[in-house]
Amino acid sequence: MTTFKLRGPVAALLLCLPFAASAATLDIGIQGEPSSLDAAGVNGAVLDNDVLGDLYEGLVTLGPEGDYRPGVARDWSVSDDGLVWTFELRDNARWSDGEAVTAEDFVLAFQRVLDPATASVYANLLYPIRGGAAINAGEAAPESLGVRADGEHRLVIELAHPTPWLPTLMAHIVASPVPAHLLREYGSDWTDLDHIATNGAFTPHSWTSHDHLAAVKNPWFHAADGVALDGVNYYPVEDLNSGLARFQSGELEIMRDFDANRLAWLRDHLGDAVHLHNQLATYYYALNSRPGHPTDDPRVREALNLALDRDIIANKVLSGAVTATDALVPAGTSGYTSQTMPGLDADRQARLARARTLLAAAGYGADNPLRLALRYNARDDHRRIAVAIAAMWRPLGIEVAMVNAEASVHYAALAEGDFDVARASWVADFDDASNFLGILTSDSAKNYGDYDSAEFDALMAESASERDPEARQALLEQAERVALGDYALAPIFSDAARNLVSPTVEGWADNAINRHLSRWISLDAAP
Amino acid sequence: MLNYIAKRLAMAVPTLLIVITVSFFLMRVAPGGPFDGERQLPPEIEANLMAAYHLDEPLWMQYLRYMGNLVQGDFGPSFKYKDFSVTELIMQGFPVSLELGALAIALALLLGIPMGVMAALRRNSALDYSLMGVALGGIAVPNFVIAPLMALFFGVILGWLPVGGWNGGALPNLVLPVIALAIQQIAYIARMMRASMIEVLGSHFIRTARAKGLSEREVILRHALRPAMLPVLSYLGPAIAGIITGSVVIEQIFGLPGIGRYFVQGALNRDYTLVMGTVVFYGVLIVLMNLIVDLLYSLFDPQIRYDDD
Repeated sequence: MTTFKLRGPVAALLLCLPFAASAATLDIGIQGEPSSLDAAGVNGAVLDNDVLGDLYEGLVTLGPEGDYRPGVARDWSVSDDGLVWTFELRDNARWSDGEAVTAEDFVLAFQRVLDPATASVYANLLYPIRGGAAINAGEAAPESLGVRADGEHRLVIELAHPTPWLPTLMAHIVASPVPAHLLREYGSDWTDLDHIATNGAFTPHSWTSHDHLAAVKNPWFHAADGVALDGVNYYPVEDLNSGLARFQSGELEIMRDFDANRLAWLRDHLGDAVHLHNQLATYYYALNSRPGHPTDDPRVREALNLALDRDIIANKVLSGAVTATDALVPAGTSGYTSQTMPGLDADRQARLARARTLLAAAGYGADNPLRLALRYNARDDHRRIAVAIAAMWRPLGIEVAMVNAEASVHYAALAEGDFDVARASWVADFDDASNFLGILTSDSAKNYGDYDSAEFDALMAESASERDPEARQALLEQAERVALGDYALAPIFSDAARNLVSPTVEGWADNAINRHLSRWISLDAAP
Repeated sequence: MLNYIAKRLAMAVPTLLIVITVSFFLMRVAPGGPFDGERQLPPEIEANLMAAYHLDEPLWMQYLRYMGNLVQGDFGPSFKYKDFSVTELIMQGFPVSLELGALAIALALLLGIPMGVMAALRRNSALDYSLMGVALGGIAVPNFVIAPLMALFFGVILGWLPVGGWNGGALPNLVLPVIALAIQQIAYIARMMRASMIEVLGSHFIRTARAKGLSEREVILRHALRPAMLPVLSYLGPAIAGIITGSVVIEQIFGLPGIGRYFVQGALNRDYTLVMGTVVFYGVLIVLMNLIVDLLYSLFDPQIRYDDD
């Protein structure tokens, strides 16, 4: 009889559940289909961060403002020589199947990312760990990695060289733990939805590729009490116009990008829903300094930089959606003072006059005009910027041949050095100046222009082993001054994070790394 | 009949082999690879990836490996979507594309044929001109223009229908994509139906039917309609091909998880296995569809028989 008595309230509760769940489910439009639910299989794009950042929690995690704060680790310390880091793990961290998150889960995760057989795209983020680079190159066994579990709740990481920004690296999705118990049982199939477990605020529930991925709240999450949402649906939206339409019609509460060209229209029609915030991202033109290219001559590179009117690009061409810059490391980078490129403070006429002198000295003039091949990847904003820049160089008698191609062709050409001038950009993986300056070291694969300065390399190497934050900052700033003085590239603007956020969304805070964990977000029931 | 089908299927094998081989090598000749992106990979990581997907082997060996796996029904892993095999993606995407395409074809026939017949019966009237004007518009305006406009009007401004998403194939989510996909085909079919109906109505057997004193209704429905539909029937093959290529655009615009979307994303990402998988799948599909249309033809045209000889 008692069972019958219970049936009424239980049925009523069950009837209410779907409604309650849909009421507090966030629908978010992300920039494309996630490549994997396995942190070792993603490439660190914004969309991967959006999804995996909600599903997993690393040793360190992010607050609503993009601030770094303790995650699975409740505390950590570093040895005097800066080489040994000890992370104390919280004892209430759980996988979504109820199993405890242990230090071994991290050991296994890091070994796995660096194992060449995993072919993890972002393995190099873990190179600072002792043995990391050698393991990834297949020269050492993954078990030799400088990471070990000291009991269930203490993780010890030994580094190849001091890396004061290690905690920010540990907040990157590639440093997420793996459930060792599932990996042992299912091997690489552990991410199958039938048995996957995650340790973040949410855990995946269903996934139709290219339609949507549905995640539900992880009841075992150590801070589950503070998570307002019952679930998150991630919709891959590649087409920005479709994304806008779906946002306008209320199908999406957040859309993770919009077309910068329509900023004015969007502000008129969507008002406060339009979020634009300076991001740690630099849009620049790579200048090819390989022999045989006119841009090999520093005078040419200086002239090209002098003739650019960055304010016009930022404020007219891109209608103020971005901030003009002549530096590589964007303003707002923690522990860093912005640098400037020398010679750019003169007025435009004076700069053009100096540029003409430089080009003449380099042997270019009316009878021998400077001809440049400018590459950009086919997208409307890149094309408009390229046209504007070619027009800014024209008064110097420079003839620009524009070559545009789809993204994969463009970047293949950049890697091969097949250009004089080429559009490129860098978005921070973590909030540290070395992440930007690292793209100019002579051994970096991202050094498209093949800038090769012994002085710059030496300063970067010195900064990597400098443990005093102020001394390190001074070295990094000096390195950037060297590169800017060599006109190694042509920085154009600091990009902005563009988001559409419905007024019903609470707890959203624009931040410089453009990362937003859904655990901080709640939905206003009465919009 | 069975003999004919077997012959046609046997002929399809070399066709598909050529399609697969040409696509395989064209894909590899195209500049840019699956791992070229905004974030240039360090050489050792690129080497790991190349080894993991056997891209470090000579091209002919990769080709043989691919063909060997294909014969066993294995399309390989997707380079980009690592949690899915290409077979899984196609199995997931095909029902979506099929539902979309079948509904669009059905809509195109249901609207196109009556429009054409009405225009033919009221030749050179206001009705004829307006129907054919609308049809001309349907042909002239490409679906990548129509689709966003419809989404804007019916989804954003009026708020009647969802702007995108599949939602498990719910009817409201299907309306806009199906119409956008069908519009061009409706227009083609209406124009074709009108022309062939006019021709049939002027033929001797129709004059005979009328001379026998049959009602106009009987003349049209019993005698004229079937022969007039033959050109439309033979157009079904190209129409299906048109729907398939159209779905590539429509699925992208409405964010639907069909094969067309995989094809576009696969091509942009240089996801070799995914593109090859969709090409093979489309190839088989089109060969089969053409065969079915040819078989249907014999049902409508008494002059055609696929007898065993």
